[in-house]
Amino acid sequence: MIDVRDLTVRFGGGRSAVTAVAGVSFRVAEGESFALVGESGSGKSTVLRAISGLNPDWTGRVLVGGAEQGRRRTAAFHKAVQMVFQDPYGSLHPRHTVDRILAEPVAIQRLGDAERRIERALEEVGLGGGFRFRYPHQLSGGQRQRIAIARALILEPRVLLLDEPTSALDLSVQAEILNLLRRLRAERGLTLLLVTHNLAIVSLMCERLAVMQAGRIVETMDVADLRRGEAADGYTRHLIEASRGYRRVTSA
Amino acid sequence: MSLTAWLLEEAPRSRLQARLGQGYAGWRLFSRNPLAMAGLAIVAGLVLVAAAAPLLATHSPVAQDLAARLTPPGAAGHWLGTDDLGRDIWSRLVHGARITLAVVALTMVLVAPVGLAVGCVAGYRGGWVDAVLMRVTDVFLAFPRLILALAFVAALGPGIENAVIAIAVTSWPPYARIARAETMTIRNSDFIAAARLQGASAARILWGHVVPLTLSSVIVRVTLDMAGIILIAAGLGFLGLGAQPPSPEWGAMIAGGRKYILDQWWVAAMPGVAICVVSLGFNLLGDGLRDVLDPKQR
Amino acid sequence: MTGAPLLTVEDLRIRFRTERRTVEAVRGVGFTLGRERLGIVGESGSGKSLTGRALLRLTPPAAEVTAQRLAFDGIDLMAADARTLRRLRGRRISMVMQDPKFSLNPVMTVGAQIAEALRVHGGVGRREARERALAMLEAVRIREPARVYGLYPHEVSGGMGQRVMIAMMLAPDPDLLIADEPTSALDVSVQAQVLSILDDLVSSRGMALIFISHDLDLVASFCDRVLVMYGGRVVETCRAADLAQASHPYTRGLLAARPRIEAEPADLPVLRRDPAWLEEGS
Repeated sequence: MIDVRDLTVRFGGGRSAVTAVAGVSFRVAEGESFALVGESGSGKSTVLRAISGLNPDWTGRVLVGGAEQGRRRTAAFHKAVQMVFQDPYGSLHPRHTVDRILAEPVAIQRLGDAERRIERALEEVGLGGGFRFRYPHQLSGGQRQRIAIARALILEPRVLLLDEPTSALDLSVQAEILNLLRRLRAERGLTLLLVTHNLAIVSLMCERLAVMQAGRIVETMDVADLRRGEAADGYTRHLIEASRGYRRVTSA
Repeated sequence: MSLTAWLLEEAPRSRLQARLGQGYAGWRLFSRNPLAMAGLAIVAGLVLVAAAAPLLATHSPVAQDLAARLTPPGAAGHWLGTDDLGRDIWSRLVHGARITLAVVALTMVLVAPVGLAVGCVAGYRGGWVDAVLMRVTDVFLAFPRLILALAFVAALGPGIENAVIAIAVTSWPPYARIARAETMTIRNSDFIAAARLQGASAARILWGHVVPLTLSSVIVRVTLDMAGIILIAAGLGFLGLGAQPPSPEWGAMIAGGRKYILDQWWVAAMPGVAICVVSLGFNLLGDGLRDVLDPKQR
Repeated sequence: MTGAPLLTVEDLRIRFRTERRTVEAVRGVGFTLGRERLGIVGESGSGKSLTGRALLRLTPPAAEVTAQRLAFDGIDLMAADARTLRRLRGRRISMVMQDPKFSLNPVMTVGAQIAEALRVHGGVGRREARERALAMLEAVRIREPARVYGLYPHEVSGGMGQRVMIAMMLAPDPDLLIADEPTSALDVSVQAQVLSILDDLVSSRGMALIFISHDLDLVASFCDRVLVMYGGRVVETCRAADLAQASHPYTRGLLAARPRIEAEPADLPVLRRDPAWLEEGS
């Protein structure tokens, strides 16, 4: 479904150019859930933005659903690929009601029947009609993220790109959102591409993962191996170790 | 259910209720600020006086009565006295309110959309579009406003219409700057990225997402600038380049009264007070609006 | 732990009064602290950060703080005047915040800031301050202290900035360090380094630490004792090692809601909030 070959992203030009992603390749099968894992600056979010078309400064090949993607994306691409962002406070327009936020993609893609679609989208993310005419500032972080998910799913995409979708949320709210994403994926057969630094979330949500460091993929592995703690690469093992909490080293 | 409860409902049931509810919440915030309310009252007063000018005026604003020239306030039925040609100052002030209001409304209508459009397009597109639009803006900003307005009026010829055009031409650049700065911060936010991912066109993003957010700061700035615009209009009138006699423009009235300022102070003071009060009103209103409209403070 | 506790908090309450209603953000929090690592965990809005700030009397101006007792080493913090508080802050009680970017002065080099902290609180001379600042940078495991001394805050990475913050806060050798999510903005590998620095300093200097965090695993593995806060109240206090066997349904719910690496994928149990948890004395 997603096929990325030798993707390289550079920021800036001339001498001060920074290579954020250097020759990354991976494939995600239809219906599969794949994670890009890494620390800040590893280039994982940059890969996601290049695939989504938000960042046009890349070289290499990006194929989505078998179709080669260029700098500009078609309306069909936008209908098939949607994204959920990290910050639920920044991803909703502060002056638009939930109704308008959800009506806009339907209008852009000329899907029609907005009324029924909006009601169903709210229903699906576990928010009733009572939320339809509220503004973002009247919603909690978790509710906002549900609206962001509803906005992405109202176009009935086949691929959902998730950029740290729960890292700004409280633990209990994170559990609700993760459960929601799992359910929606199962119901719709979505292909997920998840960017996160949290290996526990990868274990819950994905089948395979790629570990990124300094713009490169250092290891691609099955989640089953992750659960067993069997990583081939030293950096991956270090990440797994670090995510288990603090280990007191008795210093001399 | 009472109207207030309907307006403040947590979960509105229609677009209209949501929008009115937001408006009402803003109004509650605004109305709690006594200075802002005073500003609103002054501006509303100006509009009312301008609308009802023929009813409020006791005399014709242009009728001369040389026998009653320079009558002090209160005497012989002239509440605020008369000027050097015996014209009733109260009636002239009331009719002058129409001119002031017209100047203010016309510049607002001409200036805000231009500044907003230039700024939003420049900020959103960036690159050479931004460079060209902003250099043009800089050219206008490089001259002091009154001097530039004077040059325009000198070229176009004196008169109130040309004064409005001159003010409009010299007033839009600061709005373009504000709109551009706001747009550049909005441009990189996730909700714009989300709109782009839905396939929204640049026009849709600008009109539907960027402009509503920049609009409020431009409105605030325009309101605060109204005082300055009134003063420039009055200044042009004072210099004889704005409204022409016998038009009862406030600046021209002050100019006419300056010869008598020591002995017959009221001739210049009355329109001066009017300018002061109206400018203050717009400033207070602008401050109050900023508190309500600025999204960063919510 | 020896003798009288270093810090005693009894019935701490923080209220925010607005025109229409009063919100009580912290409601009757009480605990004592010896020379130990105390973790305060809770979700956003639980009042954990406000509690930390109240100990330094650094709550926002709109907040109304009351307490039966708020005593640090025999000094009544509620009654203390501004001067006493100023002398306590920094010298005997320090605070490290989540994001170093907002806590460091952007137009001063990091070394100069540490040296200034020393001169203000320690009353040492210019040269000695510089030397001790360099030693502090070394103590927080910065490899080239002399180079980092001359850098401005925007020139250092997040992890290094946080280490500089810790160096600055520890320079006057305080008795109590309040760390509010000190590692949340950092990557896991950097996080481990910063924590081990804190850990070393606590054990080598006998400093008390209040560690405020939302991360249960981190607190359980790093601290000695844990307070769990919910809705402005402490709902549970236990030894950090026993957190996994916590008894309060809220703590248990939070523990269950964590995804785990080893676990087979299954829906996470969702926390069901019981209004009774908010009631005082429950």
